[in-house]
Amino acid sequence: MSKPLHTIRPTSGLASLNLGELWQYRDLLYAFAVRDVRLRYRQTALGAIWVVLQPLLAAAIFGFVFGRVAKLPTDGIPPFLFAFAGMVCWTVFSSTITKASTVLIQNTNLVSKVYFPRLLMPMAPGASTLLDLAVSLVVLAVLMVIYGVPPTLNLWLAPILLLIVLMLGLGVSFIASSLAVRYRDVQYVIPVVVNLLVYISPVGYSASAVGEGQGRFLYFLNPLAPILDAFRWSIFGVGRPEWGFLAYAAGVAVVVFLVGAVIFRSQERSFADVI
Amino acid sequence: MSSKPLAISVRDVSKRYRLGQAAKETLMGEAIMSRLKNPFRKASFKEFDALNGVSFDVYKGDVVGVIGRNGAGKSTLLKVLSRITEPTTGEIQLYGRTGALLEVGTGFHPELTGRENIFLNGAILGMNRAEIRSQFDAIVDFAEVEKFLDTPVKRYSSGMYVRLAFAVASFLNPEILIVDEVLAVGDAEFQKKCLGKMHDVAGQGRTVLFVSHNMAAVQGLCNRGIVMQKGQLVFDGDVDKAVSIYRNAAPTAGGGDVPGDYRFENRENSYSPGKLFIRRVRTLDARGEITDAASMGEPMRVLIDVEGLTDVRGAQVAVIVKNDLGQWLANFNTGMKPPAQPLGKDGAETLELLIPTVPFVTGNYFIDISVAQKGVGRLDAIESAVPLHVTDNDVYGTGYGPRQGDGVVYLDAEWSVRPTADSVAGTA
Repeated sequence: MSKPLHTIRPTSGLASLNLGELWQYRDLLYAFAVRDVRLRYRQTALGAIWVVLQPLLAAAIFGFVFGRVAKLPTDGIPPFLFAFAGMVCWTVFSSTITKASTVLIQNTNLVSKVYFPRLLMPMAPGASTLLDLAVSLVVLAVLMVIYGVPPTLNLWLAPILLLIVLMLGLGVSFIASSLAVRYRDVQYVIPVVVNLLVYISPVGYSASAVGEGQGRFLYFLNPLAPILDAFRWSIFGVGRPEWGFLAYAAGVAVVVFLVGAVIFRSQERSFADVI
Repeated sequence: MSSKPLAISVRDVSKRYRLGQAAKETLMGEAIMSRLKNPFRKASFKEFDALNGVSFDVYKGDVVGVIGRNGAGKSTLLKVLSRITEPTTGEIQLYGRTGALLEVGTGFHPELTGRENIFLNGAILGMNRAEIRSQFDAIVDFAEVEKFLDTPVKRYSSGMYVRLAFAVASFLNPEILIVDEVLAVGDAEFQKKCLGKMHDVAGQGRTVLFVSHNMAAVQGLCNRGIVMQKGQLVFDGDVDKAVSIYRNAAPTAGGGDVPGDYRFENRENSYSPGKLFIRRVRTLDARGEITDAASMGEPMRVLIDVEGLTDVRGAQVAVIVKNDLGQWLANFNTGMKPPAQPLGKDGAETLELLIPTVPFVTGNYFIDISVAQKGVGRLDAIESAVPLHVTDNDVYGTGYGPRQGDGVVYLDAEWSVRPTADSVAGTA
C-alpha cells in the first residue's frame, strides 16, 4: 500500500514549526497581505495618499510635543525629521502587533471552517507593513534632501535593524494572537502597551535625554530603545549606538520570534474548538 | 473488502469537547484568580463526545454520503477529516490532496471585488496563483458574473455571491473532496448546477465525502452511505439502505426490533426521571399483522403498552403523526375522545388506536407517542418513536389513485356529471 499523504492523530506537547508547509502555502501569505493592503484605504477619498500622510502627521505631532513643547534633545537634528526617522522604525513594530494580535478573532470563520497553517494569519500584517515601510523610507529620503541632512556611511546597519524590529513585532504578535483566541482581554491590552512603549522608547526624542547611570541601564532593557537609537545613528550619524544593548535586543528579538512561533503552533490545534 | 486503493482510513476516532469551558474562564483575570485560589485543583469540566470510536475506510472513487440528525457528529467528523480540529484519540490517514468545503464563501471579503475574491478564496482553499489563473475563466463562466468582476462583492445579489463562492471551490481539483451541506443555500437552479458539478467530480474517479440533509441529493449522488447517530457510526454500506435507516432511526427506538414493533424499556425519561410510562409500541396493518407499512385508505392500528398510570389522575395518551419535515398532521388524544374503559385501571395496560382509513398519501411519516397528565403536563414522550411508511393503494379501484406528490391527504369523494341546463335549473 502506498504511503498516506497526511496522517492525522492527536498531538501533544510542543509542536514543530513545520516550515515546509508554510513554504507550500506562501501564495496564501501573499494573498492575505494583498488583501490587507487593498482593504486599508478602500472607500477613502485620499486613498493611497494616507500611506504618506499618516507617518507625516504622526511625526509632526511627535516633533512638536517632544521637540518644541517638552524640549527633549534631538541631537541637533530638526525635531520633525528626527521624529519621522524614529517613526519609520517604530511603525514596523507597532502596526504589526496592533493588527496581528486580533487577526485570528477577526477571522473566526476562517479558523473554524478551513484548514491552512494559521501562522500565516499574524504574519500577513507584518508583510503588508513592509509596503508602508518602503513608502516611508522614500518619504524619509525626500525629507532629508529638503532639510539638507546627508546620510551617513552607517546606513548598512538600517536594514538589519528593521529586520530585528520586524522579528520582535512578529514574535509578540504570535503570542498575543494565540492568547487572544482564548482571552479576548488581549485586544484591550495591546493598544495600552503600544501607547506606553511609544513614550518609554526613543521614538520622538533622543535616548540621550535619559542621562547616564542606572536609569539608562533600565531604559535600555526595553529592546526597542537600543534599536531605535541605533537606527537614527545609522541614518543621521548622531548619538552613539549601545552595541552591547543592541546585541541583547537582537537576541531578545530572535528568542521572542522563535518561542512565539512554537507557542503559536502548539496552541494552534485547539483554535477551532475555542475561538 | 475492496480491490480499489484506499483514499481515507479512519481508525477509532473520537473527539471530546469540554462543555462550559469557553464560558467559564475567558476572562484572563478569572483564570488567574481561580488558579491562585486552588493551585492544585484540576479543572473539572463536563465532557461531551461529539465523535465516539468512529472507524471506516473510503476507497478511491467512492462517493460517500454522510447522514444523520443534527448533533449526530457529521460536521465534527468533516472538521477532523479536513484538519481544522484535531481528534482526541484515533488516527486518520488521507491518501491524496484533500479539499474541504465546509461553508460556501469562507474568506470572501465584502469590500473586495469579485476578481480579488477569486484569488483570495482560491489561495485560502489551497490553490496557488498559477492554478487560479489557469482556472480563472472557467470559474467566472461557471459563476456567471463576468459583468460584475470588478464590483465589490458586497454589492452582489445573494445568488451571485453563492454562485461565485461555489465556483471557486468547485475548481479546486483535489483528489479527495469533502463537502458539508453547501446545497442549503442558493436557488433550485443553482443547486442543480452544483449537484451536476459534483457528479462530474465523482465521475472523474475522485473521492467525495458529502454531508447533506437532502436525501434525494444523497441518493442521487452517492454510491455509499454512512449513518451517524450520537457520535457513533451506526451503518456503513449501500446508500439506499443508509437513507432508509436514517429515516427510520427514531433517536430512541430500541434498535434491532422488528419493523412495526418497538420496545422502549431502556431509555431515560426526561419528563419524569426514573419512571417509564410508555413500554412498547406496535403498528398493525389491515390484516392485523405487525408492520411499519400502512396502505393508503385502509385501516391500521397502533398498540401502546403503558404502565404506572394507576396513580395518575387525568392521564392522557396521545399519538401524533408527523411528516418527514416534522409537521404535525394528526393528533389522536385520549383526552379528546376517551376510550370506553378509563385509563389506569390495571398496572400494565395496552391501548389500541384504530384509524379506520389511513388518510395520508404515499410517503414516510413518524409517530410521536406521549403520556400527559391533565393540568400538569407531559409525563413521558417519545419523539418519532415509530416510522410509518404509507404505500400506494388503488383506493378508487381504477388503477389511478393519488400518489406521492398528489397533495398531502387522501379523501374519499364522489364525482358526478349532469347536463349543464339541468344543473342550472337545479340550482335556480
